[in-house]
Amino acid sequence: MRKTYGALAALDDVSLEVASGEFITLLGPSGSGKTTLLMVLAGFIRADSGQILFGDSDVSLVAPHKRNVGMVFQNYALFPHMTVAGNVAYPLKLRRVGKTEIGERVARALDLVQLSGLGERHVDQLSGGQRQRVALARAIVFEPRILLMDEPLSALDKKLREQMQIEVRHLHQRLGMTTVYVTHDQREALTMSDRIAVIDRGRFRQIGTPREIYGRPASRFIADFIGESNFLPVAVRDGQAYLGDKLLRLAEPLRTGEPSQLLGVRPEKVVILGGGDAGAHNVFEGMVREIVYQGESSLVSVTLAGGHELSVRQQAISAVIPPVVGAAVRLGLAPADTIIVPQDSPA
Amino acid sequence: MLSRPATQTQITHGRRLWLYVLVGLIMFFLIVPSLFVIPLSFSADRYLAFPPSGWSTRWYAAYLGAIEWRDATYVSFTAAFLTMIVSTVCGTLAAYGLHTARLRLMRLAYVAFMLPLIIPGILVAIGIYLLYAQFGLNSTMPGIVMAHSVMAIPLVVITVASSLKSYDMNQEMVARSLGASRPWAFLTVTLPQIRISVITGALLAFITSLDEVVISLFIAGGDMSTLTKRMFNALRDEIDPTIAAISTLLLLVSVLLLGAVRLLQRKSGRDT
Repeated sequence: MRKTYGALAALDDVSLEVASGEFITLLGPSGSGKTTLLMVLAGFIRADSGQILFGDSDVSLVAPHKRNVGMVFQNYALFPHMTVAGNVAYPLKLRRVGKTEIGERVARALDLVQLSGLGERHVDQLSGGQRQRVALARAIVFEPRILLMDEPLSALDKKLREQMQIEVRHLHQRLGMTTVYVTHDQREALTMSDRIAVIDRGRFRQIGTPREIYGRPASRFIADFIGESNFLPVAVRDGQAYLGDKLLRLAEPLRTGEPSQLLGVRPEKVVILGGGDAGAHNVFEGMVREIVYQGESSLVSVTLAGGHELSVRQQAISAVIPPVVGAAVRLGLAPADTIIVPQDSPA
Repeated sequence: MLSRPATQTQITHGRRLWLYVLVGLIMFFLIVPSLFVIPLSFSADRYLAFPPSGWSTRWYAAYLGAIEWRDATYVSFTAAFLTMIVSTVCGTLAAYGLHTARLRLMRLAYVAFMLPLIIPGILVAIGIYLLYAQFGLNSTMPGIVMAHSVMAIPLVVITVASSLKSYDMNQEMVARSLGASRPWAFLTVTLPQIRISVITGALLAFITSLDEVVISLFIAGGDMSTLTKRMFNALRDEIDPTIAAISTLLLLVSVLLLGAVRLLQRKSGRDT
């Protein structure tokens, strides 16, 4: 499957290929163009130039109702004047499916989203999570070529949202339906996706698996947007990166041609070293400035010798004796976790 | 209650007395003039006089027995029914268009739709009369229906537009993604949910046409005289209580229709 989009006011020359059966997430801050892109896919917005291909067929000019695309919105957009079964049957009725077959397929779809037996309920008798399931059932019951979801879980509370993330993921694995999912929640994107396309100001900034995006962010923007990061300025000399005058050991060669680069440090990747051998770690020395207890972990702020701040996330394991404020500490960072990113996101 | 406040901050009914009196007066002058025709219509006198010296239903019989009144009633209700159809369809489509097209121009279009409510009726009437004269539309049913629709469409637009404001257009988008063409999505998803305001607009359109006088005076002549026009003429020629009887019946129809509108609005208030 191949899709290409041309320049749109909110989408600046973006191009993306989605494999059949893939779960891809468009991740970006609000106003980044991710919803616009979804609307272009669904056919509600026409791109100024470029093409959308489903398989080999060009659907750029095909009307929304002929694209065979399932859609789920953030606010569910269920039809309140119909029952649950009426909502799910709606796309089948439009396709003139026979009555008995409609009954069977609606029952199967409701079963898939664990709403068996609720078909006769009215929409206003359902909880938020149930409504979302109905919207999902309605979008998959006619076996669309693509399932598009626009922040479908953001109206739910945190616990339910996390539960639904796993459920949607399982549903996707069972049905193998090509899915394009839009969210601004980086954790949600990491949890659910086969691949993530990070979008900002109308352009893709990085496309890759969750591991690639999190572990090897392509720019400061991505390292900052996805997960937590501390940034320290590094000097590049002769293809080597230096923090102050200390050479940093890296797992990968430096990107060349970037004038100013930063060391991006994930707080949870930093270890507090005792007096022992540092091994292959890059070592930073500093003084504990503050400790914030957060339950499952503590966030330790360390002022480095050069004056920069570094946050360290320390798991709350009873065997580990937490440092005290004012104490000198040695911090270690494995070369594979030592990430150098360009200062500005590539334009 | 009247003098001593029950709590420190309560405003006593005594201090609010002037408001009650004012509201009472306003209600009195609003409602009583329309109720005057009711006793008059049951008068036994030959002329409109108040209070009547005796009671009878002869003026209802006079109305129902006279062929010209019956014709005029037929014209009026036909015009009202057709006006209702035309202005409900046009007004609903207009409200939908104004709602969905997010153009600057739409604010201007909205004002244009409201113009018939703002411009003095007599000016609209003269304008329509002169325009219709060019096309031979005066004293024809299509002419009356068009003219009445001009007055009724803004009411439909207002009621439908206000319910579209609280309607979630995403539903229509979903319906379209599920395979419905845009008109079909409107008919099966949007219309059922705004139907109460559409029906409300339709009833208002019906009443508007039925009660309309000024334009009808100009353009509804001869065989195509509406009830209101004939009443106006009758009032000029001979003052007999038949008019009071007709007015009472018209009042009854209007009250029933407006009552229906109120009921519908309460129902829709519960639904949402």
